[in-house]
Amino acid sequence: MIHQVLFIFFGVICVVGAINLLAQRHPINSALSLVLVMSSLAMIYLLLGAEFVAAVQVIVYAGAIMVLFVFVIMLLNAGAEERGPGGRVALMLGIPAVIVLVGTIAWTLISRSQQFGEVKISPSDFGATSNIAHLLFTDFLLPFEITSVLILIAIMGAVVLGKKEG
Amino acid sequence: MDLKTYILVAVIKIALVVFIMLTGVAYTTLLERKVVARIQNRWGPTRVGPFGLLQPLADGVKFILKEDLVPSNVHKGLYILAPMLALAMSLVSFAIIPFGESISIAGLTIPLQITGIHQEGALSDINIGLLIILGATSIGVYGVALAGWSSNSKYSLLGSLRASAQMISYELALGLSLVGILLLAGTLSLRGIVDQQITPCLSPGNCPQPWFGISLFRFIPHWYIFPQIIAFFIYLMAAYAETNRIPFDLPEAETELVAGYHTEYSAMKFAMFFMAEYLNMFTVGCLATLLFFGGWHGPLFGPPLVQALLPVFWFALKVFFFIFLYIWIRGTLPRFRYDQLMAFGWKFLLPLAIANIIVTSFIVAWRA
Amino acid sequence: MVPLSWYLILSAILFTLGVLGFLIKRNIITIFMSIELMLNAVNLTFVAFANYWNAHPAKLASGAEVVPLSGHVFVFFVMVVAAAEAAVGLAIIISIYRTRSTLNVDQVNLLKL
Repeated sequence: MIHQVLFIFFGVICVVGAINLLAQRHPINSALSLVLVMSSLAMIYLLLGAEFVAAVQVIVYAGAIMVLFVFVIMLLNAGAEERGPGGRVALMLGIPAVIVLVGTIAWTLISRSQQFGEVKISPSDFGATSNIAHLLFTDFLLPFEITSVLILIAIMGAVVLGKKEG
Repeated sequence: MDLKTYILVAVIKIALVVFIMLTGVAYTTLLERKVVARIQNRWGPTRVGPFGLLQPLADGVKFILKEDLVPSNVHKGLYILAPMLALAMSLVSFAIIPFGESISIAGLTIPLQITGIHQEGALSDINIGLLIILGATSIGVYGVALAGWSSNSKYSLLGSLRASAQMISYELALGLSLVGILLLAGTLSLRGIVDQQITPCLSPGNCPQPWFGISLFRFIPHWYIFPQIIAFFIYLMAAYAETNRIPFDLPEAETELVAGYHTEYSAMKFAMFFMAEYLNMFTVGCLATLLFFGGWHGPLFGPPLVQALLPVFWFALKVFFFIFLYIWIRGTLPRFRYDQLMAFGWKFLLPLAIANIIVTSFIVAWRA
Repeated sequence: MVPLSWYLILSAILFTLGVLGFLIKRNIITIFMSIELMLNAVNLTFVAFANYWNAHPAKLASGAEVVPLSGHVFVFFVMVVAAAEAAVGLAIIISIYRTRSTLNVDQVNLLKL
């Protein structure tokens, strides 16, 4: 019962935040709505027993990546968006297409809902940090090392691209 | 205990902690003015009340009665949101911090931590407590960034960009310095880390005994300050930069960018930024005592009620030492220039923290 | 108890809102944020299925056990890749702004200025 109430509460916040991201014209408001979506997604991860992933979502995604977005918006002094001709066509074609897509997926999932079963909040240490760390350093060691090289490349790329000419 | 009792007890604990913390913040401002004054060979506030003890009350009344200006060209929503966000994130950390063991009232065992529970005879708390505090400081950067940007003023924007860049740079060093502690403790829960700092038994049955009725067996030797002294140094430097205090307070020094990101704020909103800064100082002090100085461990004596509250006294004493250290350094050191500050964080503290992790993990692996 | 399909529908709604934002919006930074929204929706699917496989253990067609926690590990990798992509992408956006002085995608349509 409480599980359902919490899921609906945070799910509604997610969807409202996402719609607000599309509806706002100034990018800073969109960025802050995205931060709201990410934070409520972190709460939903907690409902799914993924405690480490929820903490990392807040620290890395909402607390670092989105801060980077907000910095860039502040630095470039991005103003409110103007409406152009291309935007109108995309709006008229895009919204029906998206509704069709969501409708198809939702109908498929709901009609087969019995096959899927339910998600429970369990008191076990399912998403505990030590279990994830064990997987990361044994089965997934190679991807882990590759991601560190990836971040190094991204840092070098960002520094080179961000340098001013001369 | 059932849900309703738990919520009632939690609400009482929240009210108590918020009241104590905000009063503590108010009197820390008085302590700072007095100590800095004495360092500079003058008196500090002495007129309002005996020894100036009612000065925070006068300051509070001033902040409430001052005119709350909202300049005309600001982004109104963000302008009002930013100080509230900063204050809220500073207060979130106190939900995780354990202040003592537990207290037994009316048959209920109540842990002295807002999010702690007593289950199956043992006290436990959130498994990822330390990560939640790091997350709260990460979101706190938004308060600073949005404050400067929404003020629509050059000085505020520059000050907030510098302050938030400084905060996110030193967040890395802060987090990495704590990894050494985690390697030794094996858990992210704050109560678990403090419990690991008890002097261990030499062998089963050969545990340290109380001495003349005073339980000294939880006293000094096994605190993490001793194996992790370098991590403590890194943590202290990173914490001073996170909380924007001297020697890292260039973004908000009065002689530099007017007043940095809170230039355009007045009265209650400015007071919220002020409170957020001092609450961050408290959080840093509480974390330092929990992780490095054994939390609430200290000599215990007396009847059971005193024994339940005495750990809180030891905790408060250690946190007071850290606040005093903050104020002492403020009165003594000059401030860094901004490029020196960033170079220090990226080129010195970060490699040192990584080296600390490498050495600690070698030693832990070798001992196992 | 919450059926798994609810989590998947929420993820689908967020993903399609991200696609819609990518198609409708004209500001480069907002388009980039819609991409991040899509990545978040996919993360939700991963975590929901990790919980599901933990509650209902199963075997793959080849006979190997499904490791439920690998969902969380994949979310970790997705976040790392999103961070790297955000850093490089925002650096590119700053370069575009410096050369063309506009953030409107409709005006970045010629290779030569």
